[in-house]
Amino acid sequence: MAKRIVKVYPAFERLWHWMQVILILTLMVTGMGLNGVHGLIPFGQAVMLHTLAALALLALWVFATFWLFTTGTWKQFIPKIEGMVAVARFYAYGVFKGEEHPYEKIFWRKHNPLQAATYFVLKWFIFPAIWITGLLYLTYNFWAGSDSVLAITLIANLHLLSAYVIGAFIIIHVYLLTVGHGFREHVKPMVTGYDEIDLTPEQEAYLESNEPERLKPVAEG
Amino acid sequence: MLLKQAIAGLCLAIVTAGNAVAEDAVSKSTADHSKFPSLQKDFKSGPEVTEACLECHTEADDQFMHSIHFTWEYDHPDTGQKLGKKNVINAFCGSVAGNEPRCTSCHAGYGWDDMNEAPPQKETAKDCLVCHDTSDQYTKLATGAGHPPMEAKGKTITGQKAWAVDLKKAAMSVGMPDRDNCGNCHFYGGGGDNVKHGDLSSVLYNPSFDVDVHMSPKSEGGEDMVCSDCHVSDRHQWAGSRYNVLASDPHGTGKPGEERHAASCQSCHGDAPHPTNIKGMKLNDHTDTLACQTCHIPEFARGGVPTKSMWDWSTAGKMDETGKPYSEDKYTSSMGKHMHTYMSTKGNFEYAENAVPHYAWFDGQVEYTTIDRKIDPTNTVDVNVIHGDRADGSSRIWPFKRMEGRQAYDKVNENLVYTHVWGPTTDTAFWTNFDWAKAIDAGMKAANQPYSGEFGFVDTYMYWPITHMVAPAEDAVGCVECHQENGRLADVAGVFMPGTDPNSWIGLLGKAIILMSFLGVIGHSLLRLFSRNSKGDHHG
Repeated sequence: MAKRIVKVYPAFERLWHWMQVILILTLMVTGMGLNGVHGLIPFGQAVMLHTLAALALLALWVFATFWLFTTGTWKQFIPKIEGMVAVARFYAYGVFKGEEHPYEKIFWRKHNPLQAATYFVLKWFIFPAIWITGLLYLTYNFWAGSDSVLAITLIANLHLLSAYVIGAFIIIHVYLLTVGHGFREHVKPMVTGYDEIDLTPEQEAYLESNEPERLKPVAEG
Repeated sequence: MLLKQAIAGLCLAIVTAGNAVAEDAVSKSTADHSKFPSLQKDFKSGPEVTEACLECHTEADDQFMHSIHFTWEYDHPDTGQKLGKKNVINAFCGSVAGNEPRCTSCHAGYGWDDMNEAPPQKETAKDCLVCHDTSDQYTKLATGAGHPPMEAKGKTITGQKAWAVDLKKAAMSVGMPDRDNCGNCHFYGGGGDNVKHGDLSSVLYNPSFDVDVHMSPKSEGGEDMVCSDCHVSDRHQWAGSRYNVLASDPHGTGKPGEERHAASCQSCHGDAPHPTNIKGMKLNDHTDTLACQTCHIPEFARGGVPTKSMWDWSTAGKMDETGKPYSEDKYTSSMGKHMHTYMSTKGNFEYAENAVPHYAWFDGQVEYTTIDRKIDPTNTVDVNVIHGDRADGSSRIWPFKRMEGRQAYDKVNENLVYTHVWGPTTDTAFWTNFDWAKAIDAGMKAANQPYSGEFGFVDTYMYWPITHMVAPAEDAVGCVECHQENGRLADVAGVFMPGTDPNSWIGLLGKAIILMSFLGVIGHSLLRLFSRNSKGDHHG
């Protein structure tokens, strides 16, 4: 095993992430306005912005899904029980004792088990909940009859609840960037694409001969 | 190039001007009534003019005698109620019955002075001129049962000092109805300018663009339309009823050239009137729940003439120190007009200008609390009940003027009563004798209705659909007016509206989730901070 600086986030994945940041923040702010939490944006404009950002995000997700399945990256998001307890124990206890994070990033596994489980729930349940309810909400008049008040009430509330859960995810997601190596160190890979990874000799040899641009040369000393 | 454009422009201008001249020079109508010898007479009365009209318009009186303008009676096809001015009781002067010649001064006929009978059936008893005079000097006497003033004595139906009308001039001027033909009666319903409707006032004789986009002049961007452009007629029957309203019109514009007898917005604008972009589509999505008027008439009684919003009859009859009837003028309109807030004859009034409507589901049916309906005097009584329900598919949320009243009722029989208020020569009329017992007794006798002799006063509401004074698009009701807590539609049942309930239990649950996340994060970081003993967690 050797620690190498490897490009773990290719350009598309970084674009995907940061576009999501912009669009989800837009949706959060406009959505809260539409829900009546604040009145910072005129209602009509908020509806337009919310609709356009949602459609853009859906388009992005279509591309991302295609990318995940064609590159095999989808495997990164399959959760494993193994090691999850150790990570949970670290956040609940070890981190206060100044212990090292129990998870070491490996090439095919850039998420720790708890992270992978969180993304799994997010991608398979919360995100579908919000975009399915969102599309039903948006297209209300194409399917609704005069007796659809209960249906739209349920849809809207499910949409709202999903949004709040995503809000909670964002808070914890950003906070956890401060744990361990520190905020800047954690954000950097998503900007530059490179992170320090344990590579097996086989992986190192493979990358060096086949994808040398993904490896940074070993620093002197 | 520039020269070529200039010449082309000039040519176009000349051609257009030429067309305009040609249009003006040729009469729109194929008949110039001023050239008819039978109209060039010194008529002595209204019926004489009608007689002359009928010489050529042989079917006009038969058509007209079946119209509600003449019968003042309406058989509601759905509720089976007999409505019309002849029968209903309202929250204003109460009833026509018992107050004829005064009320029937606006009858489109001559000499109807008893509501127990049908209007005079004689063919010359129809008033052609009130609708067709274009000389603008024909009018009706305020107390003349429909007859015009033939001398400068008394008052006209619009409250002006009467003048002797020139019937010859009026007869020679006839044409299609203009605004004043309709407005001289309809703008003054309830006995004064805009008293009744709230959206029909003398402002509409010549409104500015911001008051009415349809009737304002073309120079301001308006359409210069008259009432009958929307209220189209067929055989002297007009589209548009306040008893049986077309609350939604899915038929839209219909096929090209299709004749439509509907005074609905959709009959011109279609049922998807907003542009096909994301915003327009969202606005079009609202047309299954909202009437066009709900957004496009943001306030009623605009343009400077207030409407009466409250009328309390129970306080009428007070006298001043000298024992004489008196009045108070404590309301000033935006145009600076002082208006009665108390009259010994009529009680207390309140007014509203630029008023936000009351909103309710409306399927078009209006049921009246006629004399045969029992009322519950412990609650506010709806003088007319607005029907409608989201679930029926044809109801829309409509704007209304909600008139507040306090008016007389029969305590024993528990029904509203007819009152004899006008009658300067009787010893029972309230406005001259100030005695409710006599006035109600006489009113009930005039209407031929049973009366217990015991009366009280009950709070009432009366609803007037708001449909005129359509504002420019940029003045339409903004989204947030309704999409907020306690917005305009807060009291309308059966609607889900985003933005009206941020603190629903799901909203509160969501906020709790966010709060707990923050608290968790803060707690976690504090623990990290204070437990950083030997090594610390920053080891990067």
